Amino acid sequence: MSIELQNISYTYMPGTPYCRDALLDVSLKIERGEFIGIIGHTGSGKSTLVQHLNGLLRPTAGTVCLDGANMHERKQALKSVRQKVGMVFQYPEHQLFEETVFDDVAFGPRNLGLCDEEVQQRVESALECVGLSVADVAKRSPFRLSGGQMRRVAIAGVIALRPEYLVLDEPSAGLDPCGRDEIYAQILQLYRTSGMAVVLVTHNMEDVARMAKRLLVMDHGRIRFDGPPVDLFHDETIQLRDFGVSLPHVTSLLKTLRTHGLDLDDTLQDEEVVVEAIRSALKRKRDSSC
Amino acid sequence: MFVVEGRVALTIMLQIKDLCHSYRNEQNETLPALDHVSLDVAAGQFLAVIGRNGSGKSTLAKHLNALLVPDAGSCLVNGMDTRNPALLWDVRQTVGMVFQNPDNQIVASLVEEDVAFGPENLGLPPAEIQRRVTDSLEMVGMTEYRLHAPHLLSGGQKQRVAIAGVLAMNPRCLVLDESTAMLDPVGRSEVLAAVCKLHRQQGITVVLITHFMEEAVEADRVVVMDAGRIIMDGDPATVFSQVECIRSLGLDVPVAADIAARLRQKGIDIPADIIRDEELAVALCR
Repeated sequence: MSIELQNISYTYMPGTPYCRDALLDVSLKIERGEFIGIIGHTGSGKSTLVQHLNGLLRPTAGTVCLDGANMHERKQALKSVRQKVGMVFQYPEHQLFEETVFDDVAFGPRNLGLCDEEVQQRVESALECVGLSVADVAKRSPFRLSGGQMRRVAIAGVIALRPEYLVLDEPSAGLDPCGRDEIYAQILQLYRTSGMAVVLVTHNMEDVARMAKRLLVMDHGRIRFDGPPVDLFHDETIQLRDFGVSLPHVTSLLKTLRTHGLDLDDTLQDEEVVVEAIRSALKRKRDSSC
Repeated sequence: MFVVEGRVALTIMLQIKDLCHSYRNEQNETLPALDHVSLDVAAGQFLAVIGRNGSGKSTLAKHLNALLVPDAGSCLVNGMDTRNPALLWDVRQTVGMVFQNPDNQIVASLVEEDVAFGPENLGLPPAEIQRRVTDSLEMVGMTEYRLHAPHLLSGGQKQRVAIAGVLAMNPRCLVLDESTAMLDPVGRSEVLAAVCKLHRQQGITVVLITHFMEEAVEADRVVVMDAGRIIMDGDPATVFSQVECIRSLGLDVPVAADIAARLRQKGIDIPADIIRDEELAVALCR
């Protein structure tokens, strides 16, 4: 059970003066149950890459397979691909359109031809998944909710399709720190309980470092790094800034303290652990100078 | 009277007094967004506004160039009352706004035409328009992209073009409403550097609304909003050293301030006003 990209390339507007290669010979396998973060600067090919995962784009070269079957061989194949691979775009709240929250979330399941009871049940569990109370919001207009709530309704609309793979493009953009933490807590919870794969495109290194087990760095249409996040932050040969990304704040703080002569492990993430490490580093420093 | 970077500035750019503003929901109930807000911003000040979604930040921003007018109270921009329709265009020329999504703010197919859009609408002579476009692009570091197509630029570059378009109107005050929310870290630092430079070199008054605390740290002054009110107001070190209070509002503090507070709790003697990595390093390694 996997999505497999084999040597795919994608060129926008080929044969015109605007012709631009967005992906170059990318190969990637995403297994069920993985949590993958994708980072890279604007224009590095992240969005082009994820639009291949549910067949919105057809590669100029190479093949995309879902569970071993080529997505683009038969037209019917794409329909099931879109059911299995849910896509939450940037600012998904811009895609809300129904009169009530219930109808908006129900739009996808109804189009699957499910019976009313099944639709009802899926809408309720999807809203619950994103931390919205059915009683409070189901009858309300989605356009009268707060920004964070609208975003959660939009995500619920995708979850209601019960995808096996969930792709999220910058789900926390524009949310305050608290709203961001809530959204991510719900995504993590969903990931842990559902067994689906999550692919998260984000600029926020904190989120990636905390949640993703595997991190991809895109640059100029290629995957330049594929591995656990800590390996990236501590690989001195990689210039993160060239990729338009920055270190998690904790990591850059630890690096600064190191340059000031404190003996610290800069792979730490958790604040409490960092505090303890600083205390013992200070103690070692004092002991050695006595 | 305000003290800005050691100088005494006599003018108040923004004078907000007991400002109230409400929206209406579908049941026609009033939802207060700003609740008796009072705020004076001196000319040349760099003010950061932080607060949760729905705390009233954007509503406040929209009052600053008369996109909204007060239900009660007043908002004076360089002494001009935003409720006076006769002053509307003067107010909007004084305060330039840059919004969140760069793609919603670009109107032309060439960078220089986009920046020229505002001054052209002022009916300025072509030579003056040219001069303003050149100067504005220079200030945001986008001169070499003058003849590029804006939609092919990166997000950070587009936002800098949007800022140049505002600068070409010669505003005295620049309001940025989460203008870096959609950008990658490099784009964010490009925009922030451009804003800091404008503030330092041109003395432009800056109101920066943001969810990124590391941006707020760069300001002269930080205002924290919650439920339509201003609940904290001070320099970044004063505001962010109140870690618990900021947290309870659903906001973050800079990592250095957070670690410093935790170390202090464990009995390590470090000053209360630490908000930057370097400051923490220096305090620990004395």
